Amino acid sequence: MKLLVCISKAPDTTAKIAFTDGNTKFDENGVQFIVNPYDEWYALVRALEIVEANGGTVTTITVGTAADDPTIRKALAIGATDAVRIDADPKDPYFVAKQIADYAQSNGFDIILTGKETINYNGAQVGAMVAEILDQPFVSLASKMDVAGNTATLEREISGGIEVLEVNTPFVISASKGMAEQRIPNMRGIMAARSKPLNVIPATACDDLTSVASYELPDAKADCRYVDPENMDELVNLLHTEAKVI
Amino acid sequence: MSVLVFIESKNGKVTKAGLEAVSYGKRIGSTTAVTFGDIAESELATVGNYGADKVLVHRGINDVNDQQLTRMIASAAESCGADVIVVAQDQTGKAIAPRVAARLGAGHVSSAIDVPDTSNGFVVKTNVFSGKAFANISVNSSKKVISYMANSLPIVKGDGSAAVEEMSSDLGQAGITVKERKLQEGTVAPLPEAELVVSAGRGLKGPENWGMVEDLATTLGATTACSRPVADIGWRPHHEHVGQTGIAIRPNLYIAAGISGAIQHLAGVNGSKTIVVINTDAEAPFFKAADYGIVGDAFEVLPRLNEAFKKFQAGNN
Repeated sequence: MKLLVCISKAPDTTAKIAFTDGNTKFDENGVQFIVNPYDEWYALVRALEIVEANGGTVTTITVGTAADDPTIRKALAIGATDAVRIDADPKDPYFVAKQIADYAQSNGFDIILTGKETINYNGAQVGAMVAEILDQPFVSLASKMDVAGNTATLEREISGGIEVLEVNTPFVISASKGMAEQRIPNMRGIMAARSKPLNVIPATACDDLTSVASYELPDAKADCRYVDPENMDELVNLLHTEAKVI
Repeated sequence: MSVLVFIESKNGKVTKAGLEAVSYGKRIGSTTAVTFGDIAESELATVGNYGADKVLVHRGINDVNDQQLTRMIASAAESCGADVIVVAQDQTGKAIAPRVAARLGAGHVSSAIDVPDTSNGFVVKTNVFSGKAFANISVNSSKKVISYMANSLPIVKGDGSAAVEEMSSDLGQAGITVKERKLQEGTVAPLPEAELVVSAGRGLKGPENWGMVEDLATTLGATTACSRPVADIGWRPHHEHVGQTGIAIRPNLYIAAGISGAIQHLAGVNGSKTIVVINTDAEAPFFKAADYGIVGDAFEVLPRLNEAFKKFQAGNN
């Protein structure tokens, strides 16, 4: 099987969120970047498990600049066969999806996997867009996937529960919690990653359909008001008359 | 502007997320709703209360099949000349909204929390960085798709009635075959659209102690949630996990007992309008994000709070 896993970099979950250039750019100063956890823990690791069981290759694809290379090497260290980077600054989800779909179109993959969203933009957009451009089924928020021949059985999160479904290759999924367990790359993997192919490919032309006009940080929270643990009537009264939520 | 809103139904009722999306759409322009499946015309007409002039319904599909629903919405958008398409940012919305956008060549805005600002282009405020910041997204295409976050704006309800029209466009092949659906029991709102949420963490010491959390939730008609460690060790089901890697919620009231408030947990809940934190540790970081704090033992405070709510409800009846 040929699997393609979409990898994006994201700031570490504990990174301080701040903006520069008149609040139009994320302030990367001092920020540690990691492989977006949903891409790594769930999409990539499950893809590796599938080819370990069925044979095949796992290619990662990233739309990004040379600044993304360390996170791409991390994905290779975890076990991906090779990596592709489309050389462009990713700004708009459709732009990113178009680059991935174009590459997939000319190289042919059985399954394309993304994480359910990135932890910085939380768009949850690219997978569905890639599927539409390629006219393939898309299984969003998949928490389980087993493959037998060209048929896959998946579980996905739906409102208020879980749905079990079947789909034939080729298809696209977004992977969520439950799909696989995190893998820590070992020293052999890290050494091997250095010599694995990382192919840098120019981007194809595509208009940005959206752009970030500006960022804002939430207003600082007012101080917490403490209520006597013996006096829950007071809390209920505050929730009713002050917060007006009950 | 002409707006098309996708809505879903469950057990013969339009979901709250759908009605919210219609109410949001109405703030932008004249609104048509589109839905699918086996749902009574009389129920669909009530969508007019939330601002839809018309509801289009396609009877030829019953499951959330992303490809067929995308074709359905695209065809409805064409027939009503929609400039803006609104979809609720829930599980179904995540499967289809970006797809619809790609099909129509429309810019897509995810996690919208306010109406578009059209004073200079078309700019929508959205949640980013897992709720730790907002981005104002400018949409440059003529058609736009917006995924709207539940509970961001109040629902406006009037007494209008919507005309119901059947759709019969060709939906093509279904790429997905649904084999089974496992739905959780009960009638409370699913977490993403819940207005009241009672949540607990490791401070409860074991799954056998969740009775008091559930009792409080029952009294309030609230949905229960939990922190990540509690879901990971299997005390509670994964679908209850709120936080950065779980579900992001923005209820009116979030009551958290025995949760310290790690940054990853806060990321999923800091859109809540009011946060009540109950913790024995006065230094717990969650108190910094709380509106109301109770330094005390959840085992004593939760039952006491439950009684106080009951007394309050009895006094109001």
